[in-house]
Amino acid sequence: MDILQILFSESFWSASIRIATPLIFGVLGALICEKSGVLNLGIEGIFVAGAMVGWMAVWLGAGLWGGVLAAALAGAFFGLLHGILTVPLGLSQHVSGLGITLFATSVSYFSYRTALPTVSSPPRITPFRPLDIPLLSDLPFIGPILFQQTALTFLALFCVAVVWYIFNKTALGVALKAVGDNPNSVDAQGLSVYTLRIGAVMAGSALMALGGAFLTMSAFDAFFFGMVNGRGWICIALVIFASWRPGKALLGAILFGAFDALQVRLQTEVGGSVPSQVFLAAPYVLSIIALVIAARSADYPRALLTPWFKGQR
Amino acid sequence: MIRIEARESASSFMKLGIPVLSACVALLLAAIPLMFAGAPVGASYAQMFMGVFGSKFAFSEMLTRATPLIFTGLAAALAFRAKLWNIGAEGQLYLGALAAAAIGTGVLDISGLLLIPVIIICGCAAGAFGMAVPAALKIRFGADEVVTTLLLNFIILIFLQYMLEGPLKDPMGLGWPQTAPILDQGMLPPLMERMRIHYGFVIALICAAVAQFMLLRSVWGFKLRAVGENRNAAGHAGIPVNRSLFTAAAISGALAGLAGVSEVAGLKGYLTADLSPGFGYTGIVVAMLAGLSPGGVVVSALFIASVFVGADSMSRAMGVSSYLADLVVATALLCVLVGGFVARYKFVRVRRQLERF
Amino acid sequence: MYSDKILALKGLSKTFGTIAANCDVNLDLHRGEILALLGENGAGKTTLMNMLFGHYMPDAGQIEVADANQRFLPLTLGHPQAAIAAGIGMVHQHFTLAENLDAVDNIMLGAEPLTLLPRKRAAAEKKIRTIMAQSGLTAPINVAVGKLTVGERQRVEILKALYRDVKILVLDEPTAVLTPQEADALFENIRAMAQDGLSVIFISHKLREVLAFSHRITVLRHGKNAGEIQTDQADEQKIARMMVGSETLSHTREMQENGPALLRFKRVSVQGRARRDSLKNVDLTVFSGEILGIAGVSGNGQTALAGVISGMLSIESGEVLIEEQPLLDITPAAMISRGVGRIPEDRHRDGIVGSMSVAENMVIEQLDDPTLQRNGLLRRDAIRDYAETLSSEYDVRGPGAQASARLLSGGNIQKLILARVFDRSPKLILANQPTRGLDMGAASEVARRLLEARGRGAGIVLISEDLDEILKLSDRILVVHDGAFSIAKTRDRAQLGLMMAGQAA
Repeated sequence: MDILQILFSESFWSASIRIATPLIFGVLGALICEKSGVLNLGIEGIFVAGAMVGWMAVWLGAGLWGGVLAAALAGAFFGLLHGILTVPLGLSQHVSGLGITLFATSVSYFSYRTALPTVSSPPRITPFRPLDIPLLSDLPFIGPILFQQTALTFLALFCVAVVWYIFNKTALGVALKAVGDNPNSVDAQGLSVYTLRIGAVMAGSALMALGGAFLTMSAFDAFFFGMVNGRGWICIALVIFASWRPGKALLGAILFGAFDALQVRLQTEVGGSVPSQVFLAAPYVLSIIALVIAARSADYPRALLTPWFKGQR
Repeated sequence: MIRIEARESASSFMKLGIPVLSACVALLLAAIPLMFAGAPVGASYAQMFMGVFGSKFAFSEMLTRATPLIFTGLAAALAFRAKLWNIGAEGQLYLGALAAAAIGTGVLDISGLLLIPVIIICGCAAGAFGMAVPAALKIRFGADEVVTTLLLNFIILIFLQYMLEGPLKDPMGLGWPQTAPILDQGMLPPLMERMRIHYGFVIALICAAVAQFMLLRSVWGFKLRAVGENRNAAGHAGIPVNRSLFTAAAISGALAGLAGVSEVAGLKGYLTADLSPGFGYTGIVVAMLAGLSPGGVVVSALFIASVFVGADSMSRAMGVSSYLADLVVATALLCVLVGGFVARYKFVRVRRQLERF
Repeated sequence: MYSDKILALKGLSKTFGTIAANCDVNLDLHRGEILALLGENGAGKTTLMNMLFGHYMPDAGQIEVADANQRFLPLTLGHPQAAIAAGIGMVHQHFTLAENLDAVDNIMLGAEPLTLLPRKRAAAEKKIRTIMAQSGLTAPINVAVGKLTVGERQRVEILKALYRDVKILVLDEPTAVLTPQEADALFENIRAMAQDGLSVIFISHKLREVLAFSHRITVLRHGKNAGEIQTDQADEQKIARMMVGSETLSHTREMQENGPALLRFKRVSVQGRARRDSLKNVDLTVFSGEILGIAGVSGNGQTALAGVISGMLSIESGEVLIEEQPLLDITPAAMISRGVGRIPEDRHRDGIVGSMSVAENMVIEQLDDPTLQRNGLLRRDAIRDYAETLSSEYDVRGPGAQASARLLSGGNIQKLILARVFDRSPKLILANQPTRGLDMGAASEVARRLLEARGRGAGIVLISEDLDEILKLSDRILVVHDGAFSIAKTRDRAQLGLMMAGQAA
C-alpha cells in the first residue's frame, strides 16, 4: 500500500509538524495551568481570542511579531480573569473555564464583526513565511521537515525546551510542582499560593493564545468563524495523555499532527469506499481513546481542581 | 482591615437575587460593546425590548426560541446537580433530532396516532445513549466527562453530515444536505394559529415541573443530590453511586435529545446541519443562571431567549453584530459565578486593637 | 531557671465567625526551654501557634521576638515569611510536604529565590546531610516524599525547619502518628537540640508525654490561659484539672461474658496500592458483647480493614461472615442491611453531606424505610419529626434540624453520626478514630455510648491511634503493622509499642 510511501515522504512529516504547532502551544499552556493545580477550560475560547487578536493587530499594522505579542497579552488577560475567579475566589474551575471560553469567543467574534462588517471573503494578511536557514534548510530529509517551518513553529519547539527547563532545573519550577500537589507545602514556606497559581494560569493562557495566533498568522492568513474547531479540547485530552510532562506533550502533539496529516492523505488514496467523515472524525475519536488509556495515570497533580483558601486549617 | 468569612447560610432572597442581579448586570454591561460599535445605546436597548415584547408574534417567537433552551437547560441542571459535567448537550440534541428525522420521515410503518409518541421515545433514547457512553467511560475508566462529551459533540456533528449527505438525504431536496420533511402526523401541533410556537413548549414546561418535583421530593432526587454534593459520603451511606450517576446521565441526555426532537418535529419540519446555533452550550448558561433549579430553568430560558431574539431584531435595525447576544449570555454566566461567591461569603470589618506594654 | 526570654505572645485573640478560638492569650518562651502547650481538642492550641507562624492574622494582640542582642522586636503578623525570617519554624500536625518531590526539593522550597537560574541543589544536599548527622534525624532524601513512611516524613518536616537555622521550633501534636518508641526517640533528639540552645514549643493533649518531656507547661482551656506550671512541680491531677476545669469523667468497663461471633474474617485478602493498604489472609473474630481494639499507627492497614467492614472495599479472596452468614457482595448497603453501624474516620468526607440538612443526613442511610418515604416520595414531616427526636436524644446542638450539617461543630457532627448509627441498635459497630478532634466532653460521650452498646450485646471494632483509649475501652486488642495483625497478649505499653513498630518479641 502507499502508506509506507506516505510515511517516508518529507511533505508528510513537514505537514505533521505544521499541524502539531498550535497543539504544542495549547498542550504546554494547559500543562502549566494544570501542574499548578488549575484546570483551564477557557482554552478553546483563548485559542479564538489569540487567533483574532493576533490577526487584527497585524491587520492594523503592528507587524507579525507585534501580532504575536498582542495575542499573548490577550491570552494572559483571560488567564488573569480565570485565575482570579478560581484561585482567590475559589469558584468552580469547570464553570469558570467554560464561561471564559464563551466570553472570549463571543468578544472575539463580536469585535471582528464590528471592525470588519460582512465582506464576501475574509480579508487577508501576509503571514509568517517558511524560514530559509542557510545550510540547515538544505539538509536532506530533515531540512524541509524541521528547518523550513515558520518562525512560530520554532518558537513552539523552543517553548517546549523552556518549559522543561523551568520545571526541572529552577526553583520556580519546584514551587509550581509543589503548589499543584499540596498548596499548604508552599504556604508553610512563606511563598504565595495565589501568586504562583495565577501567574501559572496567565503564562499558560498566553501560550494557548499563541496556538490560536498560529492559525491566523502562519497556517492560514485570515480569520474564519469556527476555525479553532475543537483544537483546544483536544489539547486538554493530550495533556492527560502526556502525563503532564513537556517532552511527552511534544511527542503527543506530533503524533496527533501526523495522524491528522495521514488521514488527509489517506482520504485521497482510499477515496470513495470509505466516507470522508470517518477521516474527519478520526482525530476526535483518537483523542477520546488517548484519554481513556491515560485516565488512571499516577502523575495526576494531586491538588488539581481543589481550591485553596488562606488560613483554612 | 477587611476579612472574608463564610456566611451561615444563603438567604432565599440572595438565592433568587443573585441570578436576577447577574442578568441585569450582564444586560447593562452590553452598553459597552454597543458603544464600541458606535450604536445609540438607548435606542438599541429599546429595539431589543420591542423585538421581544413589541408584538404577539415577537413574544411567541421568544417562547419558541426558549423551548429548546428549557430542554438543554434541564439537561445541564440535572447533570450538574450530580456533578456530572455534561457539556455534550449539543451533540445529544442532534442525536435526538436524527432519531426524529429518521422515524418521522416514515422509515418505520407506524400508524398516525402513535407516530409522535414513538418519535419522542426514540429521540429520548438517542439522546440518552449520547450521554450514556461518556458516563460509562467515566465510571469504568475514570475518563473525564468534560473532555469526552465535548469531543463527542464534534464526532456527532460529523456523523450528522454523513447522514445528511447519505442515508437520510432528501431525494427531492435539490441536492441540499437535508432530510425529507417529517410526515404530517409526526409533527408536533402548533399552539397558536399563524405563530411558530408549538407543543414542544408545553412538553418542556411539563418536563421542568416533573424534574423540579422529582429532584426535591423523591427518594431518587435525594440520592442524586447527595451523590452530587458529596460522592464519598453518599456511597458510604449505602447510596448506589454509579447507578445514580448513570441514570442522571441517561435522563440528562434524553432531555437534550428532546430539544432536538422539538426543533425538528415541532419547528422546522426537517433536519439540516445548522439546526442548533449552540443550544446545547447555551443550556449550560441557562442552568447556571437558574442556580441548577429545574423550575428556575424555565425563567432563565425565557430570559436568555429574550436576549437572543431581542438582539436579532436590534441587529437588523441597528447594524450591530448579533454576536452581542452571545456576549451578554457569556457575561451573565461570569456574573452569576461571581454572585455565587458573594452569596457564600461576606466581607467583615475587623478592628485591630493595639496593646501597649 | 532559664536565662533569657526569647519569645513573648501578648494578648492574642482570634475569632472565626461566632467562635472565639483564642481570647487574650499570653505565652512566654525562654532560650533552650521545652514548653508544652497543653489543652484538650478544640482548646485553641493550634490556632495560637498558627498565629505565631503567620498563617492567621490575629484580631488583637502582638508577638515579640528577641534578637541576638536580647532586644525585643515586634513580629510582623500574618506572614509566614516574617516568622521564618525571625527564626521560627513549625512542624504542622498535617504535614506540609509536596509528595511528588523528594525531601531535598521540599526542604529547599522557599529557601531559595524563585528565579529562572539553575538551582544549587548539590550544596543544599550537602547542608542537609550535615544537619541530619548533627541532629540524629535521618530520612531518605532522594526519594519522592509520597513513598516515605509517616515517621520519615515527620523528620523531613523537622529538617525543613532546621535547614533554616531555626531558633524557635513549634511542633503540633508530634507524636500522634508515632509508635511509643519513635516518640521517645524524637523527644531525645529534641532534648539534645534544646541543650544546644534551641527553644521548643510542642502542642499536645497527652498528659503523660507532657509531664515526661517538657520543662514547663502552659495550659489552654476554651481558648484562654488556664494556668502555667513548671513541670517538676506538676502532676497528672493538677494539669488535668487545669485542662478541663473539673474532675474528668471516666467510664469504666466492667468485665462481662461475650456471646456468639458477630463478625468473622476468614483468610481475607485485599489488594491495596502498598502493602500497608492491603490485607493478607487476615483472620479475625468479633464476639457479641465485646470491644475489639485495633491498635497501631495510622497508615498500617487500618484503612483496608475499615474499608471492608464499611462495605467500601471489596475483597480479593477469603470470606466475610456476619452472624455466621457469609456476605456475597460487600457494599455499604449490604452492610447496613445486615445491621452494621459505621462511624467513619473522616467525618466530613465520608460521614455527612455538608450542604444537606441535619435531618437529611440523619435519614440518609435508611431511605427505603416505609415511615420515611412512600412510593418513592419523601415524607418530609415524618423526616423532620424523626430528626428532631434524635437531635434531642443525642444532644446534637446547632442551628436546627433544617440547617446545613456543615454548620455544626466537629463534636456535634459526631453526635449526629452517633445518633444515626445507634438509633438502629446495630449488632456490629465499626468505630474508626471516633474521638479524634473531639474535646473531652464529646469524647467521653462517645465512649459511654460504645460501652452501652457493648452492654446490650453489640460487637465493636474500635480503631484508634490513641493507645490509652484502646487500653481503656477494649476487651481484646489486636496490633496492626504493615498490613499484618497480631494478637496482643499483654497490656504493657512498651510491649504494645514494639508490636506497633513491627519489632515484637
